[in-house]
Amino acid sequence: MYVAVKGGERAIDAAHAWLAEERRGDASVAELSVPQIREQLKLAVNRVMAEGSLYDPDLAALAIKQSRGDLIEAIFLIRAYRTTLPRFGGSVPIDTGAMTCDRRVSATFKDAPGGQMLGPTFDYTHRLLDFKLAAEGEVPAAAEVEAGTAQTPHIMSFLDREGLIQPETDSDTTPPDLTRTPLELPATRDLRLQALARGDEGFILGMAYSTQRGYARNHAFVAELRIGTVAVEMDIPELGFAIEIGEIDVTECETVNQFQGSKTQPPQFTRGYGLVFGMSERKAISMALVDRALRWKELGEDNLGAPAQDEEFVLYHADNIQATGFLEHIKLPHYVDFQSELELIRKLRREAEANNAAPSESAGASGGNLSGKMKEGAAE
Amino acid sequence: MSDYNFAYLDEQTKRMIRRAILKGLAIPGYQVPFASREMPMPYGWGTGGVQVSAAVLTPDDTFKVIDQGADDTTNAVSIRRFFEKTAGVAVTEATAEASVIQTRHRIPEEVLRADQILVYQVPIPEPLRFLEPSEVETRKMHSLEEYGLMHVKLYEDISQHGAIATSYAYPVKVEGRYVMDPSPIPKFDNPKLEMAAIQLFGAGREQRIYAVPPYAKVVSLDFEDFPFEASKADHACDLCGAEDSYLDELIVDDAGGRLFMCSDTDYCSTRRKAGHVGAQGVPLGEDAA
Repeated sequence: MYVAVKGGERAIDAAHAWLAEERRGDASVAELSVPQIREQLKLAVNRVMAEGSLYDPDLAALAIKQSRGDLIEAIFLIRAYRTTLPRFGGSVPIDTGAMTCDRRVSATFKDAPGGQMLGPTFDYTHRLLDFKLAAEGEVPAAAEVEAGTAQTPHIMSFLDREGLIQPETDSDTTPPDLTRTPLELPATRDLRLQALARGDEGFILGMAYSTQRGYARNHAFVAELRIGTVAVEMDIPELGFAIEIGEIDVTECETVNQFQGSKTQPPQFTRGYGLVFGMSERKAISMALVDRALRWKELGEDNLGAPAQDEEFVLYHADNIQATGFLEHIKLPHYVDFQSELELIRKLRREAEANNAAPSESAGASGGNLSGKMKEGAAE
Repeated sequence: MSDYNFAYLDEQTKRMIRRAILKGLAIPGYQVPFASREMPMPYGWGTGGVQVSAAVLTPDDTFKVIDQGADDTTNAVSIRRFFEKTAGVAVTEATAEASVIQTRHRIPEEVLRADQILVYQVPIPEPLRFLEPSEVETRKMHSLEEYGLMHVKLYEDISQHGAIATSYAYPVKVEGRYVMDPSPIPKFDNPKLEMAAIQLFGAGREQRIYAVPPYAKVVSLDFEDFPFEASKADHACDLCGAEDSYLDELIVDDAGGRLFMCSDTDYCSTRRKAGHVGAQGVPLGEDAA
């Protein structure tokens, strides 16, 4: 006698309870607070905000706590929350030229108006484990100076004046919204940038790296990388003008790329662009390289068949929430499909064995008398 | 859950989905792009079906969810609970009592009626996808009704294996126009695609909705000399004795002993309640664990 398996509901409840306990870990160790995560795991919070497409450090920190530090899971929580939020309207474009910079570096000019500033970077740290941190040592305060009053215009604008850099045209059209309209190809550059900005950091990094290694190489210089705070302004219809509604931290990367010219364009420098929430320069630089690679068509370059040039490939596979969901769904039961495959393979093997046993019989199943004509529309 | 709108999605979103559904019903088998929302469950786990269900459910509906034909599989439980929580609708395991049925990989054995809606979860809506990976290309092929590639694939199957080597997600042509993926149902279920109920297909990650209106003509692709054949395991259900239902195969002992049972759990238990007993079964009620 066989007793049919039951108990999906009980299993789910038990799994959730166990998960909650595992999330807390050893109860004799103090619990992490959301502000601790927000302040001390800021780069994780930044990534969750960027790929979750929602600028809210507290919610991102909560998501990281809830997801036990699994950042893709945290991004998923933020995305699922984000879709339920009403939209009041769109901001006016942020002015990154007016950014209060924490960091500003250029790889193309030794100095530029406004100066270079390293800011809080890992760049020149030696990657040696700091065991003092394990002992919970207090950090001495960093030296402070008065903030400079000099303007920090975009370094790219100096090249612009010489006419050496391919110009960008202003447009007043409302950019498309990937989260409100289905992705249709070919995509415009603003839509591509939107997809890259919320795309998986690892995927975008891999794509960008592939261009550096020769798959649609477009040697990029970092003309400017800046990280800092910008004001967000919004037009209020009742007032008739824009007011500042808050500030956000962003990372912006502009690359300048070699370009030999094509049938349609003279030799000049071209641009790649990356803009990401928070401090995330790996992502911003990667995004700029991939953006540049995807622009081959408008610049009249050759399609080299490189993955980073294929907008369908890049845009359809950059989203880690789509990717992880579909990848992990193969954990779900598939026994109905597997059963049908099982029967098919048994049948095919039976026929193959029968054919092998009687080799004298002619071709057999090799489709000798196919009419090749589809029985389209025939009534069942 | 009073913080969320009825059935989770806001009314604007539901309206957008309903427009896609109506367009799908007007052009049977055509994949309508829709602005799929991020749901609180992962892509690939039924987000398309869930959004379609959310758009068609009303407070008076009775909802049933099956995965692999069973109401008790974990993801079916999870989706059923989601709508119990967010829509407060009545739920059932009885096929006949449900007005909306969300399914993954099966069509219920019981014949569906005109007052029922069957919602399919679809992983890859494009039947040509594994022949042509580019969406730009496949949309062009559909608009030109260029299905030669699919015919060649089926032909190559026959020349290589002596049979069409597709056992699930078997392609169909709807109303003589669009080739459609019926979702990964076993081909045993294909003949049931011509039915009285409305059939809606939702692919969340791929942002597509398509539909088969009641009694629309749905033909499984085949050749005159290699006609389509709906197949199942050559057994009767070991629990209820049914010979006409799709069967799951279970390994029941260390010696590799097999047992076959209906994949449609409601069909099986209804038969057992009516007194049908299979080779290894006992009347229902005596096996309460």
